Amino acid sequence: MTLQTTIDRVAPPRPARTGPVAGALRQLMRVGENWPAMIGLAIVVFWVLAAILAPLVSPYPPNANDMKALAYPFPSRAHWLGTDHLGRDILSRILWGARTVLLVAPIAVLGAAALGSLLGLMAGYYRGWIDGLISRVGDIVLSFPVIILYMIILAKFGSSALNIIVVITLTKAPIIARIVRGITLELRERDYVLAAKMRGESALYIMFCEILPNARGPLIVDFCLRLGYTTIIIGVLGFLGIGLPPPDPDWGGMVKDTYGMMSVWPHMSLFPCAAVSSLVIGFNLLAIGLREISLRD
Amino acid sequence: MTDSRGATENRARAPLLEFRQARISFMLRAGEANVIPGLSFSLGAGEALGLVGESGCGKSTVALATMRYLGRAGRVTSGSILFEGQDIARMSEDELRRIRGRRIAMVYQDPMSSLNPVKTIGKQLMEVPMIHEGADAAAARALAVRMLEEVKLPDAAGFMDRYPHQLSGGQQQRVVIAMALIARPSLLIMDEPTTGLDVTVEAAVLDLVRELRQRHNSAILFISHNLGTVVRVCDRIGVMYAGEMVEQGTIRQVFANPRHPYTRGLLDCLPTLGRDKHGSPLATIPGQVGSPLSRPPGCSFARRCGSAEEGRCTTAPIPIRPVPGEAGHEAQCVRMAELEAWLRKDGQAGAVPDGAETAPLVEIAGLRKTYRQTHGLFGDTGKTVKALNDVDMFAEAGRTLAIVGESGCGKSTLAKIMSGLVTASEGTARIGPDQIAATAIDQRPQALKRKLQMVFQNPDSTLNPSHSVGYVIGRALRRLKGLGKRSAEDETRRLLDVVKLSGDFAGRKPHQLSGGQKQRVAIARALAGDPEVIIADEPVSALDVSVQAAIINLLNELQGERATTLLFISHDLAVVRYMADHVAVMYLGKVVEFGRAAEVFEPPFHPYTEALLSAAPVPDPDRQGERIILDGALPSATDLPPGCPFASRCPRKVGSICDTTPPPAQRLAHGHRIACHIEADELVSLQQGGAPERQREKHVRPHRAEEHIR
Amino acid sequence: MLRFFGKHALFMVVTLVAVSFLVFALNELSPGDVARKELGAYATQEQVDLLRQRLGLDRPVVVRYVEYLGKLFTGDLGYSQRFKVPVADIIFDRLRNTGLLAAVSFAVIVPLSMLLGVVAGMREGSVIDRGITMFATLAASVPEFAMGVFLASVFVVWLGVLPGTATLLSQTGGWSIPAQLVLPVAVIVLYDMGYVVSMIRASMVEVMQRPYIRTAVLKGMSFPRVILGHAVRNAMINPVTVIMLQINYLVAGVVVVETVFAYPGFGRMMLEAALFKDIALIEAGALVAVFVCVLTQILSDLAYMALDPRIRA
Repeated sequence: MTLQTTIDRVAPPRPARTGPVAGALRQLMRVGENWPAMIGLAIVVFWVLAAILAPLVSPYPPNANDMKALAYPFPSRAHWLGTDHLGRDILSRILWGARTVLLVAPIAVLGAAALGSLLGLMAGYYRGWIDGLISRVGDIVLSFPVIILYMIILAKFGSSALNIIVVITLTKAPIIARIVRGITLELRERDYVLAAKMRGESALYIMFCEILPNARGPLIVDFCLRLGYTTIIIGVLGFLGIGLPPPDPDWGGMVKDTYGMMSVWPHMSLFPCAAVSSLVIGFNLLAIGLREISLRD
Repeated sequence: MTDSRGATENRARAPLLEFRQARISFMLRAGEANVIPGLSFSLGAGEALGLVGESGCGKSTVALATMRYLGRAGRVTSGSILFEGQDIARMSEDELRRIRGRRIAMVYQDPMSSLNPVKTIGKQLMEVPMIHEGADAAAARALAVRMLEEVKLPDAAGFMDRYPHQLSGGQQQRVVIAMALIARPSLLIMDEPTTGLDVTVEAAVLDLVRELRQRHNSAILFISHNLGTVVRVCDRIGVMYAGEMVEQGTIRQVFANPRHPYTRGLLDCLPTLGRDKHGSPLATIPGQVGSPLSRPPGCSFARRCGSAEEGRCTTAPIPIRPVPGEAGHEAQCVRMAELEAWLRKDGQAGAVPDGAETAPLVEIAGLRKTYRQTHGLFGDTGKTVKALNDVDMFAEAGRTLAIVGESGCGKSTLAKIMSGLVTASEGTARIGPDQIAATAIDQRPQALKRKLQMVFQNPDSTLNPSHSVGYVIGRALRRLKGLGKRSAEDETRRLLDVVKLSGDFAGRKPHQLSGGQKQRVAIARALAGDPEVIIADEPVSALDVSVQAAIINLLNELQGERATTLLFISHDLAVVRYMADHVAVMYLGKVVEFGRAAEVFEPPFHPYTEALLSAAPVPDPDRQGERIILDGALPSATDLPPGCPFASRCPRKVGSICDTTPPPAQRLAHGHRIACHIEADELVSLQQGGAPERQREKHVRPHRAEEHIR
Repeated sequence: MLRFFGKHALFMVVTLVAVSFLVFALNELSPGDVARKELGAYATQEQVDLLRQRLGLDRPVVVRYVEYLGKLFTGDLGYSQRFKVPVADIIFDRLRNTGLLAAVSFAVIVPLSMLLGVVAGMREGSVIDRGITMFATLAASVPEFAMGVFLASVFVVWLGVLPGTATLLSQTGGWSIPAQLVLPVAVIVLYDMGYVVSMIRASMVEVMQRPYIRTAVLKGMSFPRVILGHAVRNAMINPVTVIMLQINYLVAGVVVVETVFAYPGFGRMMLEAALFKDIALIEAGALVAVFVCVLTQILSDLAYMALDPRIRA
């Protein structure tokens, strides 16, 4: 008997469930006890609010050029974060830029999670050639440097929000599939799955009602991580000039346009860099916190 | 190492290990879990003390505390743990390191995971003398080889370069024992050293421990949940409950005259060999061990004790007191003197009901299952594994057929075929009129699925953690009986009542249930479709003995009420003897003996049945006969010998005919059959040394060298 | 063993063919692109069609793919429209540059992340563990371009101790090639290491809870000996695959760093090829990337086998 099982044994039984509302409250309380999760959540909530309220709170339209500001583009009372080389207000562009990221990233990750879960469940449940096919193709997609893939595909089909979402969904799904497959391979041998088979449940029922609910912990953690990575990718695509078409603000694109002038006007690229970094940090801290919370169970 | 003998004499008076009011707690998020509230006991040099009790009683904590290995959460909050007069709880890290592995060594429950998978056996053994004695590699190697020889591993030098995964479980445990003894420690702690091993392997390991103990004169702290194994190894026994030593004394004292109700409960709930279900139901201990986060003011066992008296037992701490007239025997019970004399519940095999011969409901004939062997990265090896090799047996309607055997005998494969998870390669199996051997579960009609349900071994994996108890049973009712939502809810409550759980369990999730409660829910789920046959695959082997007894009683009761046919798969002979009407003994995919329980458990035995019976640990110091120790590991199922599968390990092997010719199935009375070349009459005369006390010289073991090559 | 290599070689060939065909088909399926690109936007449709016929672009993709493969075997990778040189002339040059960057980065990442991961994971929840975990998380959270901007604004703009570009030309600004490599390597290492460190840490945490670690401790071994002698090798078994896969990223995935520092590497070449729709170069580059990725798969399997005796058997 390991020490851990000793401790598990002496740990008190969990209180009986009192109701869904109390349960949700307790979950929230536990997030509150975990400081990485709290900080992460605060950052993410900040950016979500920024994205939602951008039209209300941003001081200027994101693409408006203030020619007067070109003489002194640094942060000032009129432009809190300064303007870029075309005289556009950086604060406004960052706020509007949050909308792009926070619209595209969750949709893309949700798509990847849905597709990946389906593929992973099928691979893990049916095994055999279905697993072979899904895993092999997934391996290739995963080991292929994504950036090259994006470049080839986006250069071919042009870049639009939809294309970016599709590409990210397709390239991220194999990772989620791999996670779900691993969990499925383990859970499909559990006796409760055998019991379900013995009462004649369909494969779909077993996959979605017996197996998937037990994978939700790792999936939620991974969802946050994946949001972080996707935010990075959207930034990178913008930086490489294969992101959303200009002039709509996009954090990576803002850096691309201005990093050449860094020795003169460093703020132009520093602020958008800080924005994208902080959002990713938020997602990742949230993921760490959630993982710690789920491990404590 | 050289000083140990002289030092032993000096210490002859003082105990080697002494717990003095040691109080051990784990600091958890939820508060202080006081696992050991104040434990005192001592162990003299060269003495062997067995600690027994059910899970959660603090045995392992005692072992780890002796090594001061309690993790960051655990600490000795007061009292002391003296080893050779020094307090382990207050030693410096350096002092501790000099004692660990050298003066105190440990043998663990799961040998596979206790050995480092990426280092050779030799390196792991050699480390000990190299750390503690500064031995050079050559000296350490010589010592390691000598130690491997001492634990009777053949080709010891060859074993040095092997990795743990290349050894069988029994061999791994021998290596761990060798590693523990290599520095000649004065105290050896063994924490469930044979749990998880097969009975025959367990018997061999226990024999080895006894032998080494005599040679090395190490004291042993032997921790086990199995009273029978303690009897084999120890001089004294301590019974633990909720972190307290509730009774201790010599083996004979405690087993002859247990004075604590918990000790009595433990002994009574065991289905000792000889009892069966036609006699009395097993005694049980209601309830479960309380949480160490909050202890009751009085006796911690009072809540579960049939003899507890409100007030006397429940108000103040109970001191441990000597049992009058028995030196060294102590018990922690205020009513100790008032308890009536204890009688061993033995040999109460009830009369088999008359008209015994009913028609077989389940019939298995010529069943074979062959797998292609695959191996990791390298894929198909082209070899085939014969998991089942021409298996015949039957079960009568409303009766219990028990299938018994060690790991690798094919009993699980048989269960899988019956339940349709795999299909047979050849042969037939039928339930009533339905042939099922070749039909996978998805192909079976719903009516057939209803007829056959299953109860599984592991209570932690039998219920889906995401589903409530009510959902699980309700879903089974809706699928198998086609009930509507409302009537399923009502029926769920009724089923919970049948398995003796209250209706409010319907709203609970599995993590709020104990192991026994989970098994009850699983049984309720299996009963949902009113099945004719229930396959119970080791349903009690993961449970504590008191819970095991309750589940066994429940299964027998249900069978009585519903006339369900049980296919009961088990490795535990005592449980099988208690439960079964018919017994099939399996070895390497073959049924070596089959018949009515009463006849299988009386001579003539198949030599394998005989070995199994003699190996099973018996919790009775007066019934420790000479054991038949099987040598060597199970032959690989990929290259089975053409003759008798048991020939390579059989102590009664008659000659080369056993290797070359399959033994005939000798048919005896009432369908009893034994697959052996030795005539049944001769087997009887060989075995009539008067079972169960067999006094027989050990047999010359054939083919010593050859057996171990596999 | 032989089986193992046979299986891998087969997988490698199948993957190479499949991916290169996909890329080939993707680029050449829509007719007119190549010819239109060649002739410019103002050419008439007739001119385009004529060129297509002359280039043989009107024949089925499979036929042209086989032809393309045939040429590959003679060493002819085609002609780069963007750089106006044969593909072979530019691609190997760029690969060599990227190889330098990758090798230096890899040599820093592996020992550093092993050290941090092991130290963090050996005492889960300790202050050191928390510190390293936070550092790794933060480092992996900052996109490469942002990290480049941050580091450059400190070391180039503010302190002026390092060059902001790494063109590998010794005459630019008089910075030596090692000095030019510092910032690109730093960005790659910081970004990539965060991920590898957390992998190793997680694996180490798991190993430390294994019973064989308890066995080692209770043998009387000192903590450092337990870590080095029993934990590290086990802890590296799972992450080794991931570590090897980083080679992939380092060779073909560092477009951003190369772009930030104007490094003449493989990734930036691919970006330019993609933006310019330089098909011959894209195809050859993709082939190289697939080759590298299959090769690292084999390497990672070998490393795995070297570490874990259980799968050798």
